[in-house]
Amino acid sequence: MSDVSFVRTEMLPEKAPPPTSAGAIGWARENLFSGWFNTLLTLASLVVVYYVLSAIVPWILSPTFSGTSLGQCREMLAAAGQESGHGGGACWGVIRERWIQLMFGFYPSELYWRPIAAFVLLAVALAPILFSDKVPAKLIWFSAAYPFIFPWLLWGGAVWGPISAAAGFVIAFVVYRIVSQSMSDLIGLVGGILVALIWWLVLSGIAVSALDSILPIGLEPVESRKFGGFMLSITIGIVAIACSLPLGIVMALGRQSDLMIVKYLCVGFIEFIRGVPLITLLFVASTLLNIFMPPGTNFDIILRVLIMVTLFATAYMAEVIRGGLAALPKGQYEGADSLGLDYWQAQRLIIMPQALKISIPGIVSTFIGVFKDTTLVSIIGLLDPLGLSNAIRADANWNGIVWELYGFIALLFFVFCFGMSRYSMYLERKLQTGHR
Amino acid sequence: MTTLSDPPKEQFRLSMLLYDTRYRSGTIQVIALIGFMLLAAWLINNTAQNLAELGKPIDFGFFSEPASYDINQRLLDYDSRDTHLRAALIGLLNTLVVAVLGCATATVIGVVVGVLRLSHNWIVGRLMTVYVEMFRNVPVLLWIVFIMAILIETLPAPSAFRGEDPAASMLLSDSVAFTNRGVYIPEPLFSRSLGDIHLLGEASLRFDVSVNLIAILAVLIGGIWVSNIIKRRADRIQESTGVRPTTWYLRLGVILVPLAILLAALGVHFGYPALKGFNFQGGTHLRNSLIALWLALSLYTAAFIAEIVRAGIMAISKGQTEAASALGLRQNRIMSLVILPQALRVIVPPLISQYLNLTKNSSLAIAVGYMDITGTLGGITMNQTGRELECVLLLMLVYLVISLSISAVMNWYNESVKLKER
Repeated sequence: MSDVSFVRTEMLPEKAPPPTSAGAIGWARENLFSGWFNTLLTLASLVVVYYVLSAIVPWILSPTFSGTSLGQCREMLAAAGQESGHGGGACWGVIRERWIQLMFGFYPSELYWRPIAAFVLLAVALAPILFSDKVPAKLIWFSAAYPFIFPWLLWGGAVWGPISAAAGFVIAFVVYRIVSQSMSDLIGLVGGILVALIWWLVLSGIAVSALDSILPIGLEPVESRKFGGFMLSITIGIVAIACSLPLGIVMALGRQSDLMIVKYLCVGFIEFIRGVPLITLLFVASTLLNIFMPPGTNFDIILRVLIMVTLFATAYMAEVIRGGLAALPKGQYEGADSLGLDYWQAQRLIIMPQALKISIPGIVSTFIGVFKDTTLVSIIGLLDPLGLSNAIRADANWNGIVWELYGFIALLFFVFCFGMSRYSMYLERKLQTGHR
Repeated sequence: MTTLSDPPKEQFRLSMLLYDTRYRSGTIQVIALIGFMLLAAWLINNTAQNLAELGKPIDFGFFSEPASYDINQRLLDYDSRDTHLRAALIGLLNTLVVAVLGCATATVIGVVVGVLRLSHNWIVGRLMTVYVEMFRNVPVLLWIVFIMAILIETLPAPSAFRGEDPAASMLLSDSVAFTNRGVYIPEPLFSRSLGDIHLLGEASLRFDVSVNLIAILAVLIGGIWVSNIIKRRADRIQESTGVRPTTWYLRLGVILVPLAILLAALGVHFGYPALKGFNFQGGTHLRNSLIALWLALSLYTAAFIAEIVRAGIMAISKGQTEAASALGLRQNRIMSLVILPQALRVIVPPLISQYLNLTKNSSLAIAVGYMDITGTLGGITMNQTGRELECVLLLMLVYLVISLSISAVMNWYNESVKLKER
């Protein structure tokens, strides 16, 4: 019996995959047309994309950038052979003419360099915090000074006001150091706070007016009602964000604490603020806050809005950070205790760095939410971009302009918010130390 | 030899309040409480002084005065001679209407978008990403005014429906009209109506309850109850014999047949809108303000819900699906018995806070002139009477009550879907 089995001795060369399952066709079959339902979805999506693009692209590409009024835009469109109604084409002339106003509101045009400088310096001040590994560490001193430079640049006035406000902190720190060396830590802390309060409430006013009469250095003051446009939105957003983070941490710690009364005070504050819409808090800012203050106080509407928006953001921030604290394993707290760290040391060295890292996505989405919510100030009559768009429509030249303004504002908000969310993803990746 | 005994009892000294951990927490709490009470007293004192100076002590008497303004979109009868209290009630109902409509629509859109975003279809996934990012990164107020502008600018005026060769025509065999004054839809009418029950007589809070509606709801709930009994019986049979009887036509029947009989007995027919004079008459008129607010809030919140749904589904590990199919479960049973119960546990808590956000965002109605509670109590009533303190505090209280009740209901639901763990 002869052995007829055949054994191949050399490997066959690899064959190319069939053309229907490789390359663009293969990809399309796999991802777009795998089954009747998927094919249907793909075709429906393509139809939607086609209709949306065919309506929007000619509208965006309309040659009306040099128009000076809506009527002129319509004539230009008619000359270019496009339909001149609302759907025919955009009237970009309004953006060319008014974009500066949408940015700065009625801020005096010769002083535009001040808000621009404030925001550029903001980027410098944020750099040591946001990209700590790429910039010199000394820059953090500038970040510490920035909260005093920012309002001075925007509102102007004598340079001595912010300097004396900053001096309060320096005095408090010096007193704390001296007293805590000779006596206990706690007495030093209380003493420092008391001296600073005395300085701010009593002495600084006298010092400022004295220094101002000797050496009148300052910028031209700008009234709050001239603030507007994106400058206003960004100002409110930045102040609320910067103040709400530390306050939110304090509130979250209060809510997690064992101290019954402190805990319930924090819970009450957080749940109250989270239970009411921001617009009612803005009503409080516009009508009630002056009633709550001692008779005769009448402080600025923007300051009142800043206070209420900050309180609002604080409550949300506190909940986000509480989530981070709760997500931390109990072993971390116990480990800190077993090392003999006291409460504040444990918070500073063990708990907060981890809890804040966990809550980054939540913190950033709170930031984005607060920034978007700054548009609500248009309802109480401040001229943020949305409020300005109504003011621009009141101009006879631009009466009837709708889409161009809303589109422009939406685009700018989108750029800011999308940028922030991308940054949070970068930060999450950078701080990823654990092994998941 | 000496034995260790209790240390001598320490004398209480004042400094122990600060340095002894046994007393320190008490000290801190007492100081916090005193500080809070001082702050509250200071604020109340200031307020009392300021109000006395302005000559308007806290007084809710304005609620019984005539409101003398009109509310065009309303659920209950109201005219401008009614009181401010009734105007606030109408506003509250309008808030609830848009909140309920918005939550329902946003959930549906959000779930669909969230699931489609996970689809393997490249173009669908990208489209949904564009939708989500577009709505999440632009303020909701901008979307509200934007959609309002779309409705006003692009829809035809009622006059376009007139004439031999009208520029616009009604949809769905002349029953629905989209105009720039709002949408007109058919309204259900009863030819053998059971009438209304008038509650609370002529008081400001009076309201009418339609007996027809109660009857329909009762039949519907009864049907669902019977249907559940049938389902439980089928479950029992399946557990004892392994064979599940086919019950879907029975379960559908006990709901639909009584309902159809009741509707026929009540003589249900539809009142269609028709162009009369300068405007449409008849039918139900949904104003642009309501539609713009509803659409904008739903689309905006749906973008957030989509992300929540996507995260919830992605949180369930693939092993769960594989284990379930290894047990021999069918695809739909895997979804309903294994995936959904676990995904819901992740989805529900953030969903609650989205519902709360939508309800609170409905206060932006004031931007398009929809008369919700912010527009009535916090808007015109406040401006007419000058009672800022009373109006704003009451407004906050109303929203607080709504928020707390939504979160109570949803937390109760969350408890019931939560996996029972050891």
